[in-house]
Amino acid sequence: MNLAMPDAQRTLDEILNLAAAQFKVPREKLAADDDFFKTLGIDSLQTLDLLTRLEHHFNVELPDYELQGVSDFRTLASRIQARL
Amino acid sequence: MNQFKGQSLSWELTNGVVELALHREPCNEIGLSTLAELEKFATALPSLESEAHALILHSTLKSGFCAGADLRELYYGAQAMGKPSAARGVRDFLERIHKVMNAIDASALTTIAAVNGVTFGGGLELALVCDLIIADKMARFCFPELRLGLIPGFGGIPRLKRDLGNAVVRDLLLTGRSFNATKAQQAGLVSQVVAEGESLRAARGTAGQLGKFDRRTASAAKKFIKPIPYEELRREIDLFCDLFTQPAVEAGLRKFVESKDAQPYLP
Repeated sequence: MNLAMPDAQRTLDEILNLAAAQFKVPREKLAADDDFFKTLGIDSLQTLDLLTRLEHHFNVELPDYELQGVSDFRTLASRIQARL
Repeated sequence: MNQFKGQSLSWELTNGVVELALHREPCNEIGLSTLAELEKFATALPSLESEAHALILHSTLKSGFCAGADLRELYYGAQAMGKPSAARGVRDFLERIHKVMNAIDASALTTIAAVNGVTFGGGLELALVCDLIIADKMARFCFPELRLGLIPGFGGIPRLKRDLGNAVVRDLLLTGRSFNATKAQQAGLVSQVVAEGESLRAARGTAGQLGKFDRRTASAAKKFIKPIPYEELRREIDLFCDLFTQPAVEAGLRKFVESKDAQPYLP
């Protein structure tokens, strides 16, 4: 049994919920493999805002360079999961 | 001059507290126009000191306190001038901004940076001249200069070294990563972390407390505990100017100004 899966899914769900609430996008319009820059329509400053909110929400540190090249929610969730 | 309203910043003295507000879109980038107004403020500072006990620096912009030097102005200005003139221009800019930073650092007032959002590069250096940093929980702190082939040039390294352990300085400087407010408080950079949008209110509360103390004693205590690292600041200017002539800088600046990357602030 893969015990990590439910936690990873929960992390992904929490990210999607947080992003939807913060950037006022209907939750049902967000999917795990979406490019969050496009789906949320966010610029670089808003990306930093999202990074900060995720760090506070999950109580983790996410070095900026770990997020370079990351543009979909699923990969973002895996990076956070690795630090929980 | 007890109040001033400029293009990039404004200040006002009320009830013994000077509030200097940054308000240049998009995120208070420091170029020649902001520098000129900061110099006006530094000139007015001795007169303000005779009537005030505290100074609060803050931003009226939701994007952040200050994103640092105006890199677009630096890049296009350097391109227009040619290399020898650009190098002289950079040194002149640094000499001028160091004078302003040193004046605020040495002010007899107790100084508070009330920061929010992006507090990067020169923005962090501006916060570091203050005696206290009060951050809202969405503030982020970063020295991204190495990605441009440079070091922080507005006095950041000597002042960070004055305040924090060398390992933290190396982490910020050599990785270029950003710290959130909680991490910055744990590192000793930030004195208070408050709710989003509350840093100015918290700074005003702190400034009110400072008004209860004898000014001469508070100034003497500050002077005793907060030496200004003039020698290192001078060496920082020289090192910055030396690095500025390297080809990596032009390439780094061009990459930044031409970037379509959604994360140009990230190193």
